[in-house]
Amino acid sequence: MMYSEKVMDHFQNPRNVGEIEGASGVGTVGNAKCGDIMRIYLDIDENKMIRDVKFKTFGCGAAVATSSMATELVKGKSVEEAMKVTNRAVMEALDGLPPVKVHCSLLAEEAIHAALWDYAKKHDMKIEGLEKPKSDIHEGEEEEEEEY
Amino acid sequence: MDRLIYLDNAATTKTAPEVVEAMLPYFTENYGNPSSVYGFAAKNKEAVTKQREEIAKVLGVLPKEIYFTAGGSEADNWALKAAAECCGAKGNHIITTKIEHHAILHTAQYLEKRGFEVTYLDVDEDGVVDLDGLRAAIRPTTILISVMFANNEIGTLQPIREIGEIAKEKGILFHTDAVQAFGQVPISADECHIDMLSASGHKLNGPKGIGFLYIRTGVKIRSFVHGGAQERKRRAGTENVPGIIGIGTAVKRAGDTMAERAKKETELRDYLIGRVLNEIPYTKLNGHPKKRLPNNANFSFRFVEGESLLIMLDMKGICASSGSACTSGSLDPSHVLLAIGLPHEIAHGSLRLTLSDETTKEEIDYVVDCLKEIVSHLREMSPLYEDFVKKNQA
Repeated sequence: MMYSEKVMDHFQNPRNVGEIEGASGVGTVGNAKCGDIMRIYLDIDENKMIRDVKFKTFGCGAAVATSSMATELVKGKSVEEAMKVTNRAVMEALDGLPPVKVHCSLLAEEAIHAALWDYAKKHDMKIEGLEKPKSDIHEGEEEEEEEY
Repeated sequence: MDRLIYLDNAATTKTAPEVVEAMLPYFTENYGNPSSVYGFAAKNKEAVTKQREEIAKVLGVLPKEIYFTAGGSEADNWALKAAAECCGAKGNHIITTKIEHHAILHTAQYLEKRGFEVTYLDVDEDGVVDLDGLRAAIRPTTILISVMFANNEIGTLQPIREIGEIAKEKGILFHTDAVQAFGQVPISADECHIDMLSASGHKLNGPKGIGFLYIRTGVKIRSFVHGGAQERKRRAGTENVPGIIGIGTAVKRAGDTMAERAKKETELRDYLIGRVLNEIPYTKLNGHPKKRLPNNANFSFRFVEGESLLIMLDMKGICASSGSACTSGSLDPSHVLLAIGLPHEIAHGSLRLTLSDETTKEEIDYVVDCLKEIVSHLREMSPLYEDFVKKNQA
């Protein structure tokens, strides 16, 4: 197998899968065309601490594992600390990724940022160093529905 | 996981024990070079000739029209490049399809860079080439039509006889990549007016590294590998004697058991397709429902991604393949699935299961049971499925 044991563990037993109703922030990144979509839900308290985090991912083994690890790394952290969770940190925590899968860890970082952006927007605040998410599947394109 | 269920027979097959047994003496005992004069080696020449005859019989052609190569890709490369070279005076236009194997597509692209013009024919939603489209694509400068006999991903069989008739009527060379079809379905080179045909040993329980190109007598394409006088001076290199014994034995075996195997595999395939379509919602069969290889089933499961599916099947001891981008190392899913009109996200969720004559109903049941569980698990994790469910509730 081309994946590390940690990647396989997080793929087989993903942490924090699910949704949060009335989440403080939700971010969806990636697109179905490329085969990766990640959605992160954040529950953030009044002290800007991440109380809970959940994710859903459509994608390969690395996409699921990086989402799972990213949620683990931001859980219980402050918003500022969560901003420091980079794709490199996610990769290191997973004992590395095959070169063709590095983009999955970038997507995980973007998903966290997109959820934080949504939180900041809802609370009319600015988070240091946070930029508007680049890719969001809900921007622009309407998904076609086909019945089988 | 001790159990191994191998459902990737379109990728490669198990070398049949009798094939290995037939090959073995040609490594350590009868190792002589067939081109040598002494009797010890000369009998290997006879052994090679005998295999050529066995293969020719299954294809309904002459033994001298079979040229051994190092595999299907070499045969495809040879057919296209040599046809382009030898017919360059007549014209520079080649017709092929959008769903060919990369051994054809990349060779065609290579020729395009060298001044040839290539038409890539569309296929319908079942993956069948449109004959009117083919007729319309023919130009006075068309020198070659190359259409695969059966598709390696979705299993669809092409109307090869009709294509052959059109090619013959127009006086255009006709090549078919039969790597997936040869040994699985009956092929008559004459009835289908095939001028050149590529095949490979390891797709029909023969060894890897050996294949052949059938070249009809009178088709004047030149050598692709230059050197010695082997293969009637058209493919140099000391014969891969064990490989040739292997492919010959495998082809004879495939020919002898074809009808019985096809019947058994078709039944199991249809049972598999029936169970999957009935028991897993939002699933589509890719490829023609009937006109397909006896051992091929290809599905798209909406809202899930192929590589995840493959890893989870692997953990259950099941070997399969997918047209997902992640399994190819590129960002785009399979060109075949896109050519039959699947949207990208659905193409990413494809799964190919290809049976062998050893596959059992019990194995199929186990695979379908695992699939139901895995697809449902991955959908629970999928934001696309979440959106779909919410949209339906709204």
